[in-house]
Amino acid sequence: MTTDAAPALLEVEHLTQRFGGLVAVSDVSFWACDRKITAIIGPNGAGKTTVFNCLTGFYTPSEGRLCLNSGDSHWLLERMEPYRIAAAARVARTFQNVRLFSGMSVLENLIVAQHVKLMGASWFTVAGLFGLPGYRKAEREAVELARYWLDRVGLVGVADWQAGNLPYGAQRRLEIARAMCTDPRLLCLDEPAAGLNPRESADLADLLTFIRDQHRIGILLIEHDMSVVMKISDHVVVLDYGRKISEGPPAQVRNDPAVIRAYLGEEEE
Amino acid sequence: MLRSALRDAALAAMVALLLTMPLIGLRTVESNSRLVVEPHFIDVAVTVALVFLGRLGLTLAGAAKGPAWSVLAAALTVVGSGWLLPFPTQALRWLAVAGGILVGLRALVALRARHGTLTEAERDRRMDRIGARLQDASRLIGPVAVIFALLLPLLPFADRALIDLGILLLTYIMLGWGLNIVVGLAGMLDLGYVAFYAVGAYSYALLAQTFGFGFWLCLPLAGLFASIYGLMLGFPVLRLRGDYFAIVTLAFAEIVRIVLLNWAWFTNGPIGISGIPRPSFFGLAVFAKNPPEGAIAFHKLFGLEFAQIHRIIFLYYIILALSLVVNFFTLRIRRLPLGRAWEALREDEIACTALGINRTTIRLAAFAIAGMFGGFAGAFFATRQGFISPESFSFIESAIILAVVVLGGMGSQVGVVVAALLVVGLPEAFRELAQYRMLAFGAGMVVIMLWRPRGLLAHREPTILMHPRRSACQQQADTEARG
Repeated sequence: MTTDAAPALLEVEHLTQRFGGLVAVSDVSFWACDRKITAIIGPNGAGKTTVFNCLTGFYTPSEGRLCLNSGDSHWLLERMEPYRIAAAARVARTFQNVRLFSGMSVLENLIVAQHVKLMGASWFTVAGLFGLPGYRKAEREAVELARYWLDRVGLVGVADWQAGNLPYGAQRRLEIARAMCTDPRLLCLDEPAAGLNPRESADLADLLTFIRDQHRIGILLIEHDMSVVMKISDHVVVLDYGRKISEGPPAQVRNDPAVIRAYLGEEEE
Repeated sequence: MLRSALRDAALAAMVALLLTMPLIGLRTVESNSRLVVEPHFIDVAVTVALVFLGRLGLTLAGAAKGPAWSVLAAALTVVGSGWLLPFPTQALRWLAVAGGILVGLRALVALRARHGTLTEAERDRRMDRIGARLQDASRLIGPVAVIFALLLPLLPFADRALIDLGILLLTYIMLGWGLNIVVGLAGMLDLGYVAFYAVGAYSYALLAQTFGFGFWLCLPLAGLFASIYGLMLGFPVLRLRGDYFAIVTLAFAEIVRIVLLNWAWFTNGPIGISGIPRPSFFGLAVFAKNPPEGAIAFHKLFGLEFAQIHRIIFLYYIILALSLVVNFFTLRIRRLPLGRAWEALREDEIACTALGINRTTIRLAAFAIAGMFGGFAGAFFATRQGFISPESFSFIESAIILAVVVLGGMGSQVGVVVAALLVVGLPEAFRELAQYRMLAFGAGMVVIMLWRPRGLLAHREPTILMHPRRSACQQQADTEARG
């Protein structure tokens, strides 16, 4: 483990997920630190997305402990309902196949992301219904935050478009912006570079390092695009057939024989 | 191409022959107190010929380079001959005329399409543009329509029948707007909206009869009960999704109706409740020629001649006010976090969860609010009719309300009004043709499904803009330019 001053934001311990007889994830433990990018890599079907779904509450793990530490508060994610994981523990995620609200406008997507905050400000709709100043102020702030992130991902000009009409790369960026609008402590990205061209991948890498350095949150990243992974991650966890086969800084993982075997297969005698 | 079209038409004629031979060709009639079979082979022959021609016409008109002009001419000839030639029965004559018109229309559509080579996507986009333009215009049309509705009872041609029709229309518009919250905004297909209506109506009827409460006290109570029913229904039902959800809401609406039917000592069963009190003029005056002891008559209060229509006009204004409340509420809530969360849930539930939105409470809110409006409408229905029975709350009511929402374009407020005019207004206006109503209704639904599956005026306007000043039209143009 790269043990420096940064506290372990997320502790995954002995995570196991079974579906009937199939063991999708088996006894996986790793840490993800604050202000670091932790990448989870592995061949297809290695159980990476399953780990994400356990983390964000879409699956209830069969065994193991998922603990999110932030300052004095600790959240046991495996016991929380999915929406609470996002609202209270503030773990945001994106999806492998982009899940935008495609019929709504780009800006609306980002406003919906701030639902929890705005719902409180509107006193569960009552204040909003009468247009009280407190709510109007909260909404203006929400738009400002949305503008900030749209600016970051270069989509201010198309803020009023239907999200579904954006080109694919822009939809991917918008999904990240939407996740960031929830003001997360931990951002989980499921293959953010899938389907992007090299130029867009490079922009994505810049965006992620910006989020890590400026917003000081932890990023957990599933990625196949090794150019992105090796360039930006601080720590890499390698899964294969549901097991952790290697872990460490990118340079070390790259030369690990177990990893090479998993990706390229074993040479026959 | 001609050969395959002929073969196709012959096949259709064959099927028609098989079907009509036993159904039309042989009829049993009584003669000398005995049943004898009477052949009607000429009818069969004419039917089969019509089917053959119709099918041929449709195929040829629809074909890529078909002889649309000749088909059009032939269709017109058939329509003309429908008037002139002797037909064995009236029904066949109408069939010939209607079929001819249909084929002719198809040919016309084909000719037009060939002119501009309009693909399906383009047509859809064109309709979208109309929707967008209407949305723009609705800022103007809306107030004009409201003013017209306000002035309607005072206009010289407003007789009792017209105001009654207005009340009926407004009731369905209000129900449509209420259901629009669940179906259009939150995206849950509720096939049992009539249950809320029933709960509201019975709440008012029973409260008024048992405790003697007035309309203005019962109205909020009816809304409250209906929304409690919505919450009770919501807890078990909201776990389900899609079709399962629709079926269960349908089942619950039937349960409500059957309970009302069988809980005789409480609801008076199939006999229903009659003598439901009429609303008073805000508790100040009553609408009666000879008011009871201690009450003031409305016409005396305003120094008018007594007229029955005063009460009708008052009812009209009540339902107008109620439906406007629903409309303004919906317009407003679309711009609030709750409304946006509804729409987001409709778009993608999983993404909503990942953003910290609690699906259950958000949906329960939709159910409770829509239920409340349904309850208001129900209480109004009870006081207008003066009599309710479980028969008024059968599935067909739910279906009509849903049809209003779906036809109008889910989530579109103006669309609901247009669709209510079509679905409720037209059949009322053409009451003489009552027996063909359902036929026309079904045909209309099929046409909409084919041409405009998202509803007549389905166009969604963003609820918040980063770059204001731009109208929906321009936005639509933008999206098209890009998409």
